[in-house]
Parts: sequence; C-alpha cells; structure tokens
Amino acid sequence: MRVFFGPRMRTLLLAVLMLPALGCGEPPWNNPNPPSPEGQVVYQSVMSPAPPKHLDPATSYASDESLFLMQIYQPPMGYHFLKRPYELIPLGLEDFPEIRFLDEDGNEVAESDDSLAYTRYTLTVRADEHYQPHPAFAMNEAGEPLYLFDDAAQGRRFSQVPDFPQTGDRPLRANDYAYGIKRLADPQLGSPMLGFMSQYIVGMSAFSEQLAQVPRDGWVNLDEYDMAGLEVEDERILHITIHGRYPQFLYWLAMHFFSPVAPEVDRFYHNPGFAERNLTLNWWPVGTGPFMMVRNDPNSEIVLERNPNYREDYFPSEGAPGDAEAGFLDDAGKRLPLVDRAVFRLEKEVLPLWTKFLQGYYDRSGENHGNTKGVFDQAFIVGPDGVEMSGDVADHGITMSPDVKPAIYYYGFNMRDPLVGGYTEEKRKLRRALQIVFNVEEYLAIFYKGNGITAHNLIPPGLSGHLQGEAGINPYTHEWVNGEAVRRSIDEARKLLAEAGYPNGRDARTGEPLKIFIDVQTQAIGNTQMNWMDRIFGQIGVQVEYRPADWNRTREKLLTGNTQIYSHGWLADYPDPENFLFLLFGPESPLLCKCDGANNSNFEHPEYDELFRKVRVSAPGPERDAMVARMVEIFREEAVWLYAYYPKDIYLNNSWVHNTKRHGISKATLKYIRIDSEEREQRRREWNQPVTWPLYAAGLLLVGLMLPGVTAYRRRQNATARQGEN
Amino acid sequence: MLAYIIRRLLYAIPILIGVNLLTFTLFFVVNSPDDMAVSQLGEKYVTPEAIAAWKVKNGYDKPLFVNPDAAGVAAFTETIFFNKSVKLFAFDFGRSESGRDITTDVSTRMWPSLAVALPTFVIGIWVNICVALMVVMFHATRLDRWAVFLFVSLMSISYLFYIIGGQYLVAKTWRLVPVSGFHTDGQVWRFLILPVLVGVIAGIGSGARWYRTLFLEEANQDYVRTARAKGASEISILFRHILPNALIPILTGVVVLIPALFMGSLLIESFFGIPGLGSYMLDAIKSQDFAIVRTMVFIGSILYIIGLILTDISYTWADPRVRLN
Repeated sequence: MRVFFGPRMRTLLLAVLMLPALGCGEPPWNNPNPPSPEGQVVYQSVMSPAPPKHLDPATSYASDESLFLMQIYQPPMGYHFLKRPYELIPLGLEDFPEIRFLDEDGNEVAESDDSLAYTRYTLTVRADEHYQPHPAFAMNEAGEPLYLFDDAAQGRRFSQVPDFPQTGDRPLRANDYAYGIKRLADPQLGSPMLGFMSQYIVGMSAFSEQLAQVPRDGWVNLDEYDMAGLEVEDERILHITIHGRYPQFLYWLAMHFFSPVAPEVDRFYHNPGFAERNLTLNWWPVGTGPFMMVRNDPNSEIVLERNPNYREDYFPSEGAPGDAEAGFLDDAGKRLPLVDRAVFRLEKEVLPLWTKFLQGYYDRSGENHGNTKGVFDQAFIVGPDGVEMSGDVADHGITMSPDVKPAIYYYGFNMRDPLVGGYTEEKRKLRRALQIVFNVEEYLAIFYKGNGITAHNLIPPGLSGHLQGEAGINPYTHEWVNGEAVRRSIDEARKLLAEAGYPNGRDARTGEPLKIFIDVQTQAIGNTQMNWMDRIFGQIGVQVEYRPADWNRTREKLLTGNTQIYSHGWLADYPDPENFLFLLFGPESPLLCKCDGANNSNFEHPEYDELFRKVRVSAPGPERDAMVARMVEIFREEAVWLYAYYPKDIYLNNSWVHNTKRHGISKATLKYIRIDSEEREQRRREWNQPVTWPLYAAGLLLVGLMLPGVTAYRRRQNATARQGEN
Repeated sequence: MLAYIIRRLLYAIPILIGVNLLTFTLFFVVNSPDDMAVSQLGEKYVTPEAIAAWKVKNGYDKPLFVNPDAAGVAAFTETIFFNKSVKLFAFDFGRSESGRDITTDVSTRMWPSLAVALPTFVIGIWVNICVALMVVMFHATRLDRWAVFLFVSLMSISYLFYIIGGQYLVAKTWRLVPVSGFHTDGQVWRFLILPVLVGVIAGIGSGARWYRTLFLEEANQDYVRTARAKGASEISILFRHILPNALIPILTGVVVLIPALFMGSLLIESFFGIPGLGSYMLDAIKSQDFAIVRTMVFIGSILYIIGLILTDISYTWADPRVRLN
C-alpha cells in the first residue's frame, strides 16, 4: 500500500498538531508580568509614554516624574489623602512649621506690621524618619564610607545601585533639608526653581553666584558654603528665612523640590565613573519615604519596593463627607504602605495598555498615560446622569475614579491686539459676543464626552474663590434659569457685536467681514474642532482663520505678543487661588517681564494688579476672599479669555484595587492603594484562558496549502516528456 | 581587497560629515537651543537666567556655525556645530540632554532591538525565498497567478494593520501570547513570538514577489534547461542552480540591512513595548533631545556604510568572477 505522507511530512504534521503544547506551560499564556516575589503584593501600573527625564528632586518638574519622587522622598509638608478642600499636613516634620515675622533688624514683629521684612519658618524634623538602605550610607569597620573611590576603575563593577552588596542607613537630619535647598541654588544642576525661589529665600541668589565661582572637579560639599536664609540649629531644627510675606511658601514645602538630600548621597553619586553608568541622583533617588527604587530602566520599567526603614504611618481615620460610604475609610488605622512593590511599565501605545488592563494585567488605567483618551472613550457612554461605563467594562467589575483637575484650559485674547484687545466698552462687547457664541457646553459634550466643566471663573472647583450655583456664574455669558446656568442667546451676541461696531459680522466703517485669527497648537486640535468653531462663529457672521503651529513656535509668538487668540492651559502647583489669579497679573506679561511669563493675554489692569499683590501676601480669610472675588469680577468684566473649562480626569480601576480616591495635587498616594491579590489572580485566570483552536487551524491550513503543492510536484516529477507534450 | 576597503572607509568620512551637517541643520531649523532648554527645564517658572544657565551647562551658548566674536579658525571651532560634531568622530557620544550616558544607553538597548530584528530578518528571508521558489516552480499556472494576487494584496496592507490586527487576534482574542512587553527573565521568547510573526507576515508580500521576479529571470536561462534535461529534480534545480545564481541581486538588498538590524524598528518596538534603539530614537525626537538624535543618525550612517561595504565583499563570495579593485 502506498503511504500518502512520507516520513518527513508525518513529522511535520505531528509537530503542527503538537504546537499548542510546545512549551507554553500553565495558562494564562499571555501574562506579560514576571512572577511576583513570594508573598509580596505587587501593584502593576504604567508610566508615562515619555519616560522620566529627571528623578532628581532639584531638577524634575513634571507630574510624571513626581509620581516616583513623591513615593520616595518626604518633603517637609504633604497633603491629607482624603480631606477636601485639600489640606496640608506635616510629612517630614513633627508639626506645622512655626512662623515668625521679622523686621530688617531681625526683631519679631506682628504679621500686619509695615516694618515686616522677613518671614522665618522653623522646621522640626520627625525623630523617627530614616533613610532607605543605600550603599551611600554603608560604612567600613573604621566608620568610613565603604564606597568612596579614587578612580573610575575601582567602582567599575557596579552598574546600578542594587549591585552594591553593602548598604547602610541613618536618621533624617534637619541639615538634609538645608542641603536639598542649597542644591536648588547650584548653577551646575540648573534647577527650574532657582529663578523663582531666589525671589523669596534670603541669600539664595548670592549663594548661587558664589557657587558659580567654585572650580568643580568632583563633589563639592555644599555644607561648606552658607546660604543666609538657612540656619541649621541642631540635628532636628532648621530655620528658613524668606523675604517679606509669602503664605504660599508652605505649599512649596509640600513639593519635591524641598525634599531632603543627604550630603553622603550626593558625595556617593560623585564617585569617579558613576555618571558614565547613569549612577546619579538623577536616576537613583534616595529618600525616607514609603518606597525605594530597586530598578530603574526608563526604557522598560521602574520598580519601587517598600522601604523597610519607613516610619510607622497609618491610614487616616478621617476623610471628606461621603468617604466612609464609598469605602475609603475601610482601611483606617492600617499600617502603610499597603502594597509591597509597585511596577511601572513603559507602555507607549494605547491599544496594548488598554488590552492588558482589560485582561487584568494592569490594576488601573488612565493613571499616568496622557494618550489613553482615544481608546479610553470607548469605555464610556453619556447617560442621563453624566458619564457612565459601557457594558463590557462594567461587566468586568471595573470602577471609575473621576476627578476635576485643579487645572484650566483656555483660549485667551491678546489684550494688546488692535482688533480684539483693548479696554474700551466696544472691545469688551466684541469679546463678550465671541464668548457667548462659543458654546463651551456643546464643545465639551461633542469633543470630550462631557469630561469637562465650563469655567465661569479662572479658579477651579475645590479652591477657595470658586463659587458654585448662581453666585458662581459669569453673568456676561450666562443667565440663571430654573436652577441652572443657561448660555445667553445668539441674538444677544449679535446685538453686542453690532454695538461693538460689527453689525452682522461686518465692520460698520469699511464693510469688511470681521475675521479673527486663532493660534492653535497642532497636537491639541483636529479638523473637526476647527470645523465646529467655523460653524459657531459663522452664526454671527465672524470668519475664523487658524494659524497652526507646534509648541515651540506658539511659545515664540506668545513671547513676542504676535498672536490674537491663543490656546493655553495651567495645572495648579498648589491649591490656592493665587496660583491661578497670577495668570493675569500684569508684570507676568511676557512683553513686560521679557520672560516666559504666565500672563499670555498681556492683561494690564491696575486694580487687578494691586489686588493680586495683596492677595499674594495675605493669609486666608474673609478679607482675602473679598479681594479674590473682585479679581474674578474684573476677569469677567474685561472678558479676557474667549472660553475656558476645567478638565475632568477619569481613572478606571479593576475591582481588586481599593482606596482609589483621587488627589488633584499630591502624587504621594501609592502608599494608600490596597490590592486584593487573590481576587486578582482568580480574575486573571478566568479572563485569560487561551483559545487554542486557531493553532490547530493554522497547522491544518499550512498542511492544506502544502498538500496541493506536494501533489502537483510529485505529479510533475513523475510525468514523462511525452505526456508533457500531450 | 584590503586597499578597496580602506578606500571605502576613507570615502565614508566626508559622507559622515555631510550627514552630520544635514542633521544639525534640519534639527536647528525646527528647534532653537532655547526651545531645547525649555523642553528640559519644564514650561513653568522658566526664567531667562535658567535658560541661559542650561545653555552654558550643555554647550549651547555658542553660535551655531560661525562665531563672529572669534578670530581665525576659532570662528568655526567655537561653535555648537564643531563642538558637538568632533566628539562623534571619536565615538564619544556624550550625554543626552537629560543627563544619561548615551553610549551606555545605546549598548543596552541594541540587544532588545537585535532580539526582534534578527529572527524577523532571518526567518523572513527564509520564508520569502521558499515561498518565491515554490511559486516559481508553478510558474504560469493558476497557483502562480493566485500567489501574485496574494502578494500584491499583502503588500497593499499597511504595516500598522498587521501590528494592530496581530495584537487584536493573537493576544487579545485568542490570548496566546502577551500583547506587548519585554523581559530578560528567561522567557523572552514569549514576547518575541508576536512581533516576529507580524514582521515576517508583513514582509511576505513584497519579499516573495521580489524574489519571484529574480528567480524567474534565472529560471529561463539555458543552464536551467540543461539541468532539467539532465534529469535533475525540480527541488535540486531550484536550490542548487537557480538560488545561487540569483544571489547577487538578493545580496544587494539583504546584506546592506544586516548592520542596520541594530537600529531596530520604530513601529514594532513602539507597539510591542520593546526597549530597543528604534523607540530610543523616537523618544529623542519627541523630547527634542538633539544629543541622541545626532548620535543615532551618526551610528545609522556608519552602519549603512558598513552594510554597503559588506555587500560588495559578499559579491566576491557569491560570484568568484567579481574582483574588488
């Protein structure tokens, strides 16, 4: 009997049929995560698609980087995780700093005293705060640093921090905070805070100038140079003196710029040859926080692990109203952190990120990936009560964590522009007409699925100065009707436009159509949005021309005032209205300060500026609130921005993630996250059973494709020349 | 041959200078040193002093090409172009604008790139050649016509579609492999299956069609007819006669790519989360990191030149009649 398949073909067929069993191991096969260390609870997340560039607390200034820094470092102050409005709490300090006001001679004066020249903050560091284990603190038997090398060859075998076999630690000292502040002034580091903080911290500029003269060859011990505004009293007490009054300084103390840096650590990272292997403080932060960095491969993943020396810290037992009902107080009193390890993977594209989240391999989605919106949107539907989750996502037991960011996105008028700028009544009417016609509610509903709130005020919700309800609406663009804000009519806009000298959108003097120019950032707008704007401005006969440019060119235009209407945004550094009101402070105009000023509208209003100067130095209270309210009123009267909205952010959480309350300002929230790892494991298995029939089908298809070829080949080989001729 | 290689290497110097000049010019047409400083320092509270200090620290405080304040040769040497370019030729790539050592990064990231690119390249060529030879065997039959139709169809589909389709079907729907990622924990192959499969399938259309054309030219030669007349089997004719004789054009297209495998693939690495050099370059462009862009273009140029030299050398191996003079 003739065998149809030869021995080779039989082997191939067998191999194809065995494919599904080839080394695939225990399902699920699609698990991208390596096995977790035994007994550890690992939080799985992603980092920003643009990996961190700086992890040095002096030079980093990106929220993606804060995500790591704020788990590792403990600045003097922090924020309460649950309470709203945002509440400052001592973090690295025993208590709130003690504040004293001084005159020029250093005598104590009252806060309201005109002779006040300085404010002195006295910081008392916690006694139980310890650094993470780190080779910088490792000592030999003689009590000398173990890892100090004379030349690069000695330390060549160490390419990353975990390579060092010996580590040590020590308690936090007040001087470490002083050292961290001195680093902000080191011109070699180029901290973005240097220019700004030099205005406040006494002696910072002089310190920086002094350091600039110091020849640099290896480590420079900053302790050998004094900064007038810093005085270390003892191991636990530090005095910081700033010029004048600046109540917001407390908020700055809650930012990573003011993190402690141990001089030993700075010296360690200046070992010869370390920088060539990226062994720097910029890549291997060292702190006293709940986590420490154990792996830093910005090309692939960053891994944080519980700091074994972290002080006793417990989950808060108080929160905002509704927190208990939402389960945010279920872990009250538990020792923090609640996870042992956190892995942040680099995920550049949205589709794999989303797929892995739905497969249960990422615990949360949207947390730190600015590009998720496109795919993310599929998860939502706009229901009667606002944004809801679509069926598939809801079936997974996924929960939503929405939050209105303490931020504002806006299109501003250039107040120096001859057409739309100026402070006459006609110009105000023109701007108001354009404001009315720009239907922000519709814009947000169409392009952002309602994930934004129309801004009637330049101060976002959650901050003092932001009023809700009728008292909070902009009366020039909206009316309060039946308990809600209703945009004024197009007819009203037409009327205002006519009064401004442009009846039916044409210049009353020349008859020329009114044309406005909007500078748009190419990456932030699409054709559909521009078409929408054409349509809405067309309702009152106004033509629009767009001038798209990338951020660099847009920035140039803003710096030179060469713009008519521009797009911009602002994310709060701290939860104080001052941080938003300064967006219209006259001296912040780039044309006046000849710098990257924040007042891109070049708005100049003497009353507003005077009020801002007072608000900046006054303590919270009714008097300050009244000044803020008047400034908001001026903002509305003058119609400085075409439109503005507060963006809403939504994170999605798999069902096993707990304590997911969002914090708009602080990133130091990882220690509160709890993972139910048993449920996670069970769900992952349930959701990821492999489908094997395609493997068999592919094998059979391969055989099916080869079979006719093999048959035809054999027939051809066996054919005779005569048969071929026939 | 040695003299030829040395001559070719010397020719490379002006080419590299030209490429470097072009990269430099194009980069600074789009970005100014001030833009780079702002990009690195952040967009808030950036003072002119901070920008100036950043430029001094990173060597961008000089004029781009000509320094009017300097005299003689210094007018050209005291410039950003000169200072940033000369070190490249000594293979001192320096630091990225964010402070990382570029040589370390490149040497770390080339391995993941190779891990994907090399199997894709080798398996791809093998599959393409086998498929093309099979189609040539059935030349002018219905199978051949359908195969050409299939090749053209495969060529017409966007590469992105293969990636997204592959991820959707294999990783998401069938859950057979991870959708993306890369771990060097002994199971790296699990992360390579899908990108390699996608890379190979996406290349079949154009590759097999190209090889089919080459093989068909050879299949009509007299020596093939002679071999067939002598009773050689079709397999023998294809692999022992046609394939070696079609090697020169194959080598022209293939050998030049070998050194460039180190550079990785922008799309594959980005979508599959492979921490290779392709995504390194992409990140650098996005973050306006001129130091990395300059280095990667420089390395890419060198590898391309090496590829061309290797191609020439391979001709002498494939065809003994070729002499490199």
